[in-house]
Amino acid sequence: MKKIEAIIKPFKLDDVKKALNEINIEGMTITEVKGFGRQKGHSEFYRGAEYTVDFLPKIKIEVVTTEEMALKVVDAIMAAAKTGKIGDGKIFVSAVEDTVRIRTGERGKEAL
Amino acid sequence: MPKKILSMMLLYLFLPATVFAGTPAKVDSGDTAWVLVSAALVLLMTAPGLALFYSGMVRKKNVLGTIMQSFALLCIISIQWILWGYSVSFGPDKLGGLVGGLEWVGLKGVGLLPNPDYAATIPHQCFMVYQMMFAVITPALITGSFAERMKFSSFIVFSILWTTLVYDPIAHWVWATGGWLHDLGALDFAGGTVVHISSGVSALVAALVIGRRQGYMAETMAPHSLPLTLIGAGLLWFGWFGFNAGSALGANGLAVSAFVATNTAAAAAALSWSAVEWLHRGKPTILGLASGLVAGLVAVTPAAGFVGPISAMLLGAAAGVICYFSVSFMKPTLKYDDSLDAFGVHGVGGMWGAVATGLFASAAVNPAGANGLFFGGSALVGKQLIAIAASAAYSAVFTFILLKIIDAVMGLRVAQEDEVMGLDLSQHSESGYNM
Repeated sequence: MKKIEAIIKPFKLDDVKKALNEINIEGMTITEVKGFGRQKGHSEFYRGAEYTVDFLPKIKIEVVTTEEMALKVVDAIMAAAKTGKIGDGKIFVSAVEDTVRIRTGERGKEAL
Repeated sequence: MPKKILSMMLLYLFLPATVFAGTPAKVDSGDTAWVLVSAALVLLMTAPGLALFYSGMVRKKNVLGTIMQSFALLCIISIQWILWGYSVSFGPDKLGGLVGGLEWVGLKGVGLLPNPDYAATIPHQCFMVYQMMFAVITPALITGSFAERMKFSSFIVFSILWTTLVYDPIAHWVWATGGWLHDLGALDFAGGTVVHISSGVSALVAALVIGRRQGYMAETMAPHSLPLTLIGAGLLWFGWFGFNAGSALGANGLAVSAFVATNTAAAAAALSWSAVEWLHRGKPTILGLASGLVAGLVAVTPAAGFVGPISAMLLGAAAGVICYFSVSFMKPTLKYDDSLDAFGVHGVGGMWGAVATGLFASAAVNPAGANGLFFGGSALVGKQLIAIAASAAYSAVFTFILLKIIDAVMGLRVAQEDEVMGLDLSQHSESGYNM
């Protein structure tokens, strides 16, 4: 099993969710996060005082799926979240040892 | 001399005939209605107007602590004023114009008939309660300078002592019969000196004595909710009509003139602050517009009943520019932490307003006033400068002494840990936002 973590622009969340539904991904977890990469932050002015805001709001999507599906999920997220401009985000893929469905006690692929 | 006779005649037009010739003063229902409404409008300025204006500018861990300071003052000074504050401010003159006597403690003798010394057509208690709301908002303005770090208990002690020993005497100097600045001929229509210079200068002293917030100029201390601040700014503007037009103490032409001057100055200052910011920073900000309108309202306060609309526009436009530079350049250069710019807006704006009154006042607008420098009167500016210097010096010295004593006895600041946690939790065991 693989976990796909994608950091995306917040306004792309609906598009990404739709794209994942289309390839039959039936569950995901999202979190409102803040961070920066190459895009960096911006400046804000309050009564002439300048504050540099380094951390920009992003959405983190987490999907755990089978090895076979992982590449499709990455492609779907990439296609849906891409604007071509700096700040589009990143996708991380990592191995998952086990999954448990709490209600039934099913394990592994069965629990996905 | 003929000028004096003329102004007496014009004064006659503004005042009901009952003032003169020793006939007993009679209550006018229109005047009383307007001053009562004005008292309620000035209450609205403090709570929730100023409370929201300030609380939007602090970090969210201090939103309740900041609101609490304004609401608590409304309650505390309402009691102080009845018990002794009104008497110390407006009671029979003592010490040659310096302070009121204690004859009116507990409102003894302050009844429902007019006191012609102050307002000939409204009940004396109506004048008293209107003045109460001014005494409430003045210490509330100071809270902007020591925001996010003062102990609530010390704040209460400071506010009671400050109102009694600083506000009440200065109100006596300027407005009471026999007050020395009153007799000197300095003009302060609605409280530029009494309210804004006294609170603004005291705020600067408080910021210096209590010290900077932890992390000041290193951490981001951006306003946590500008919509709150803007609701507050709107309520301040609305309430200010009670403050300035109400200071005519009657429903008459002078009230209308003050109303127009107030609105005009606020609009001009909001636009000028925004314009300077646009040129300087590339974009106009909402907080800039709100700060500008408050600066305009502050500056027009002493002038409202003495200036025409074009004068109000000019003095308001200048106020926006002057206050922008005081908060954007003077404060960061000198590195004091007047957190919400109580000095930068109220102190600086108040002083400019007092000077501007000496420049723009016109006896044609209000014969009970005088002509400023731009209308052929050269004496007024000097008197205004004396009033500024005296009230600023007195406020600074007494605020410094009071804060030093309170600091020695009970401490002014919350503990370092409590400051990091925020006033809401450390002082009140509550959170503003539970979501």
